[in-house]
Amino acid sequence: MTIDYLLLIIDKTNKPMNIKLKIWRQKNAKSKGKFVNYSLDDVSPEMSFLEMLDALNTKLIEEGGDPVAFDHDCREGICGCCSLYINGHPHGPGEKTTTCELHIRSFKDGQTIVVEPWRAKSFPVIKDLIVDRNAFDKIIAAGGFISVDTGSAPEANSILAKKEHADEAFDSASCIGCGACVAACKNASAMLFVSAKISQLALLPQGKVEAMERVEAMVAKMDELGFGNCTNTYACEAECPKGIKITNIARMNRHFIGAKIGSQIKQ
Amino acid sequence: MTKLNAKIPEGPLPEKWSKYKSSMKLVNPANKKKLDIILVGTGLAGAAAASSLGELGYNVKVFCFQDTPRRAHSVAAQGGINAAKNYKNDGDSVYRLFYDMIKGGDYRAREANVYRAAEVSNATIDQLTAQGVPFAREYGGTLDNRSFGGVQVSRTFYAKGQTGQQCLLGAYSGLSRQVKNGTVKMYSRCEMLELVIIDGKARGIITRNLVTGEIERHSGHAVVLATGGYGTIYYLSTLAVNSNASAAWTAYKKGAFWGNPSFVQIHPSSIPVLNDYQSKLTLMSESLRNDGRVWVPKKKGDKRPANDIPEEERDYYLERKYPAFGNLVPRDVGSRAAKERCDAGYGVGDTGLSVYLDFKDAINKQGKKAIENKYGNLFEMYEKITGINPYEEPMRIYPAGHYTMGGLWVDYELMTTIPGLFAIGESNFSDHGANRLGASSLMQCAGDGNFIIPNTIGNYMADEIKTPKIPTDTPEFDEAEKAVKLKIEKLFSVNGKQTVTSFHKRLGKILWDYSGMTRNEEGLKKGLFLIDELEKEFWKDVKVPGTADELNQELEKAGRVADFFELAKLMITDGLSRRESCGAHFREESQTETGEAKRDDDNYSYISVWEYKGKDEPPELHKEELNYKYVEVKIRDYK
Ligand SMILES: Cc1cc2nc3c(=O)[nH]c(=O)nc-3n(C[C@H](O)[C@H](O)[C@H](O)COP(=O)(O)OP(=O)(O)OC[C@H]3O[C@@H](n4cnc5c(N)ncnc54)[C@H](O)[C@@H]3O)c2cc1C
Ligand code: SF4
Ligand code: FES
Repeated sequence: MTIDYLLLIIDKTNKPMNIKLKIWRQKNAKSKGKFVNYSLDDVSPEMSFLEMLDALNTKLIEEGGDPVAFDHDCREGICGCCSLYINGHPHGPGEKTTTCELHIRSFKDGQTIVVEPWRAKSFPVIKDLIVDRNAFDKIIAAGGFISVDTGSAPEANSILAKKEHADEAFDSASCIGCGACVAACKNASAMLFVSAKISQLALLPQGKVEAMERVEAMVAKMDELGFGNCTNTYACEAECPKGIKITNIARMNRHFIGAKIGSQIKQ
Repeated sequence: MTKLNAKIPEGPLPEKWSKYKSSMKLVNPANKKKLDIILVGTGLAGAAAASSLGELGYNVKVFCFQDTPRRAHSVAAQGGINAAKNYKNDGDSVYRLFYDMIKGGDYRAREANVYRAAEVSNATIDQLTAQGVPFAREYGGTLDNRSFGGVQVSRTFYAKGQTGQQCLLGAYSGLSRQVKNGTVKMYSRCEMLELVIIDGKARGIITRNLVTGEIERHSGHAVVLATGGYGTIYYLSTLAVNSNASAAWTAYKKGAFWGNPSFVQIHPSSIPVLNDYQSKLTLMSESLRNDGRVWVPKKKGDKRPANDIPEEERDYYLERKYPAFGNLVPRDVGSRAAKERCDAGYGVGDTGLSVYLDFKDAINKQGKKAIENKYGNLFEMYEKITGINPYEEPMRIYPAGHYTMGGLWVDYELMTTIPGLFAIGESNFSDHGANRLGASSLMQCAGDGNFIIPNTIGNYMADEIKTPKIPTDTPEFDEAEKAVKLKIEKLFSVNGKQTVTSFHKRLGKILWDYSGMTRNEEGLKKGLFLIDELEKEFWKDVKVPGTADELNQELEKAGRVADFFELAKLMITDGLSRRESCGAHFREESQTETGEAKRDDDNYSYISVWEYKGKDEPPELHKEELNYKYVEVKIRDYK
């Protein structure tokens, strides 16, 4: 019997756990929030973190209380809705894991878990654990696209892209727009998110045409919306659930400087 | 007789769409600026439509209930998107894609619509590529393809296991560009709760701002629904958990007919139900069956770990039963085969309700790296959820509710039976008959949004250029707003003891048991009865906490579940009326000696189209007869 298999058997014993929760409750954007303590028994280690919150909410509703509001939709790590700051980490302790992919088996019996919303000036709290991430849409609308009207696209294989570039573009494009990078950063910088989009498009031949204008417009919007600067702490990369690399920021800075210098040369 | 007119253009099949486009009415650019469109939904269908309609110059108001359009459920599509490019030189063509979809749908879809879906597929790939979608590529820089279930060519474009995410982000970037250009105005966290009809035409919607609870009015010269599917009616499904049918359902109750409500695709490979607090079933993409082999032990109740079961004691039942298609049989066939093995006692895992999907041979042959390249994120997802490493042990999978072929009935122009109300993407019933082939939904969604609706809506709008802006202070808007407020009040006023979710779970269980992978007369009737009882209990004992004028997720869910009860009854009514098996609709009374679906073309070669007749009246069935002129109707055989 391999060790892995032994671990599985231990896991399968599935002993119910007690979980102590300290959750940020805030009625709406205007009111002041506070932590409230809850205790849950009979939590199965097989539950996902959100299923544990579902169980808490069922209990709260049945007792006549107000359930905890949190964002979620796909519950499989792809939509970017879920956004909980758990025990000091965006998306909790797991590496490259979204909140919805986190399972109770990552915690200990009797452990206290502190749950907060993303904290950043540009992401105001709406209610409890839900924040407003509309700023990200605004940054994309500033230039995170290729200007191609429907119907005017050339035959797909007439645009050749080196496989390694396409693969790298894919890696950058796998950002789910969750905002954990902002929540992780002491400056609340959105550089990782913005640079991922800029890199994706700049790495592909079809995106190169507007690369300079794009970087200028998106960075300007990011600054305007009050996101902080990057001081190279790498917290964003460490907490990003999709493994978006800090090298994207380096690429963005290179393009940005290129765009600034380039704009001084008038043909 | 029937009120249905599918408006299929005259002429030979391959020429219908070009003929339509060359004879349709047009709206000049100056007039487009004066016309308003309400577009609900920002999945691949909605986002593609938003950008295309915005580019044309219409004023488009776009709505979604998530916090941003980029999170629409399309983001979760994994495996790929089809097109008839024939890049592999393996004999593909528009006709063959059309044929595969008609056959895959078990001859229950409309030829003209399906042909057009296949026809515009190539332009979709061009468009998405130009928008920067990082599709997988070959070393020479061209696009790569893989193969999907139910077909014998490789026509599926993909971006690892995240094709939906990448396609949606492409369309979302187009939408965002129009936001910048001022043609599209985006309303996120804003849910449509009613449709407004004035003088017989769709003219607006009533929404609830999900942050403040405000009830708002929005008007337009036309309304487009791109609100997705309702597989979540089973509670456990592969869909994002907030997906729902309410927007389409209010349209149904206002006079839009519903096509084939009982046609639901149960996908063969999802991570199985592991416990009773589970909230979601995660799909393991069909693309995995390109390399994974499905098996169960040959011995009943064999509890040995998978890796301890020797090769000769494994039953690769799909390869055994369907040698021509093997592991890549279509979904309905694959799901029933898994159910058959498990029901017969050969299933694996604690519950006996799962089968193995094994990559051992593929890893031995191609190396772990190659498999990781193709499916890395899916393997990771599997391990995160189950704690089991699928590179070392086979995955365990079981069928799960996945896709609704049924939906709002639309004509060739994608217009419902309400003039000015269009339905695109999964929300309509249009292209997949009784069973959808893999990777053809993204294809349909993008095609509907990018290439079809921008044309057909113009044909309608051409007659609206003299209609001034639609005012919202009319009795029709008052009435619709009142209805919304009444429903909300009614939900709070029950003030019972049970949570909305507990009702949803019970509804899902009834539907799964009696109107799931297989159905029979007695079971369907029992299901109908049980749902009726449960619905009554809901309205007596549901608890909706909080108030209407705040962010209230329980209230959102309650409204959706209330509609699900009604839709569930229509699904069962439809299933009862169709006493044949076809595609995903498997009536036990109608099967061949080997247990395959047995169609009854003499009596059921039609689309079931249901008309709402009022709260306490049974709905009325209309039949759109299907006449196949370009394919020979055959017994669907994958052996
Ligand atoms: C796990 C999974 C994997 C899949 N993989 C594939 C695949 O590989 N290939 C493929 O072709 N297909 C796949 N499918 C199917 C495909 O993803 C869907 O059919 C398709 O994405 C549906 O897109 P849509 O645009 O119609 O709707 P959706 O993407 O579901 O979007 C619905 C939109 O409507 C909005 N909405 C709904 N109701 C309201 C309301 N009342 N008010 C306001 N807004 C509302 C939502 O906010 C959302 O924006 C998969 C499906 C699942 C579940
Ligand atoms: S870069 Fe990472 S952390 Fe930031 S939004 Fe994207 S996925 Fe989330
Ligand atoms: S809920 Fe979609 S990523 Fe977590």
